[in-house]
Amino acid sequence: MFRFITRRTLGALVTLLIIAACTFFLFFAIPADPARLACGKVCPPELLEQARHNLGMDQPLFAQFLAWVAGIFVGRDYEGLGNCPAPCLGFSFVNRAPVLDTILDRMPLTVSLTIGAAAVFLTFGVATGIIAALKQGKALDKIASVSSLVGASLQIYFVGTLALYFLVYQNHILQQPKYVPFTENPAAWAAGLALPWVVLAIIFTANYTRMTRSTMVEQLSEDYVRTARAKGMPGRSVVMRFALRGTLIPIVTIFGVDLGTLIGGAIITETTFGLQGIGQLSVKAVGNSDLPMLMATVLVAAGAIVVFNIIVDVMYAVIDPRVRLS
Amino acid sequence: MTIPAPAATNAETAPVVKAPETVGRSPGQLMWLRFRRDRTGVASAVVVIFFILVALLAPVISLVYGKDPYTLYGQDTPGLLNDFGYPIAANGGISPQFWFGIEPGLGRDVFMQLVYGIRTSLLIAVVSTVLTTMIGIVMGIVAGYAGGKTDYFIGRLIDTLLSFPSVLFIIAFMPVVENLFVSADEETPVWLRAVTLVLVLTLFGWAALARLLRGQVLSLREREFVEAARVTGASPARIVFKELLPNLWTPILIQSTLLLPALVTSEAALSYLGVGMIEPIPDWGRMFRRGTEVYQNDITYLIFPGVALVIFVIAFNLLGDSVRDAFDPKLKR
Repeated sequence: MFRFITRRTLGALVTLLIIAACTFFLFFAIPADPARLACGKVCPPELLEQARHNLGMDQPLFAQFLAWVAGIFVGRDYEGLGNCPAPCLGFSFVNRAPVLDTILDRMPLTVSLTIGAAAVFLTFGVATGIIAALKQGKALDKIASVSSLVGASLQIYFVGTLALYFLVYQNHILQQPKYVPFTENPAAWAAGLALPWVVLAIIFTANYTRMTRSTMVEQLSEDYVRTARAKGMPGRSVVMRFALRGTLIPIVTIFGVDLGTLIGGAIITETTFGLQGIGQLSVKAVGNSDLPMLMATVLVAAGAIVVFNIIVDVMYAVIDPRVRLS
Repeated sequence: MTIPAPAATNAETAPVVKAPETVGRSPGQLMWLRFRRDRTGVASAVVVIFFILVALLAPVISLVYGKDPYTLYGQDTPGLLNDFGYPIAANGGISPQFWFGIEPGLGRDVFMQLVYGIRTSLLIAVVSTVLTTMIGIVMGIVAGYAGGKTDYFIGRLIDTLLSFPSVLFIIAFMPVVENLFVSADEETPVWLRAVTLVLVLTLFGWAALARLLRGQVLSLREREFVEAARVTGASPARIVFKELLPNLWTPILIQSTLLLPALVTSEAALSYLGVGMIEPIPDWGRMFRRGTEVYQNDITYLIFPGVALVIFVIAFNLLGDSVRDAFDPKLKR
């Protein structure tokens, strides 16, 4: 198991390095004057000079990249602007601060948004999927399949805005989404994010219902399930102990993908609900043309996707021991 | 596994399939026969064709309707918009003249905006789908058939692309592209935006299809008929085009049917975020952007593009499912 995890982690690090290199060269090699772009829309001449100097524009591109990678491990000193301590993903010339500080400041919101929504749609989706599979062809099954089709075809920016209009502005059923740190007040944290969670759940649950239902139907007709039933095991235990385990494998796959998508694509959710997370940070960075900030947000999101991929692989190995051998 | 009860199926379908006498039918004909019997499939195909016709015939619709998507009717004619720029008439200014109402602020006709917006979005999505599918086919077959180092590199490339936070990256990449082609004091030309959108959607789209096809090719490659072809001295080109490709059309067609609505929504999402199509070109996604700006006072402006998009995506997803069932009746959902 340990070797398995190490191997996957090393592979993931290579992927991250490739992504970092691609982003770096696209951002700093293609533009005619990257320092001008990195410095922001409103750029005083002396700041531009500092940006040019600190980005090492007089050095070859590869040396610039190496300096940036080295900064992650040992930190970098931006002359005349400030120090950027050890995991230094870059320095925003617009904010005159290390980008990581700003990102870590916004991170809890995006993570709360994702984890909360994921908890809702995973439990709800798997539960409805199991019920639909057990009641095949009955009314409940049909309702589940129709609503999952509709749910999967909805867009956050449409449903989210409709929900805001009808639930918040017209009827005041829910409050305007806002972020209160969990450590400050857990109840206010949940209440503030309830609307985005519900909307994300409406869109994502569908997939889980459909996937759970079809895999469960398959599992229920497996020989070992029949054997368990034949020896007199109660129906509930058969479903929970045998059929569900097999059902979890495809669920874990799409769950890992969806978590990555949610963190990377949080931008649309955050824009819709006016929440200031990582996504909004990058939109603002585009507006200010804050290149170091943009690059760091892309990397952090890629990092999240890669980490979730590893977790999915490990989960596979836990659920299905055969995976470990291959 | 349950046995798919062949007797029952035959009894049901036999009179239709074996109609006059036993005739030879190509797989395409069989697929068409099965598809025609699928009522959901036919209904969704009609809806999809309707949307495509709307997109194609937008200029004709404009001519018949007597308005275009650019004129600022609300500003030219007094009495349509109030002092705050919102339509005076109820429900977003819906009237016999303006079927879907008037855009708040600029006062353009919503119906025409939507018709031309669908045209723009569909065009970008269709071009991206075609490019994505072509690249996906080539990369998938090359990786699967060549194997070895080529397979390894294409595999890593696919892994990397699938780990990219694509939405975020596209947003980040737009200013860089614009900086490259357009100097700071110039307006970004529309064609550049359109081309960039197609390119980025394609760049992040092909990897999933390529991965799927690679797997298919890997298993097909070991089959007897490919081995037989190789032993009889068939060239690699012949093996790829005559032996492998005919067996891949089904997954390719199914995937691209599902890819198109996904790309329409991706394009809409990008325009919604402000990195898609730019004014004054009407665009489906940009209507959402404007809609979410004014929804507190004029929800109607958001409803029409929103409902249209939901109907379009549902119809296309249903069509994709039906196409899959028609191609491969053994594969039950």
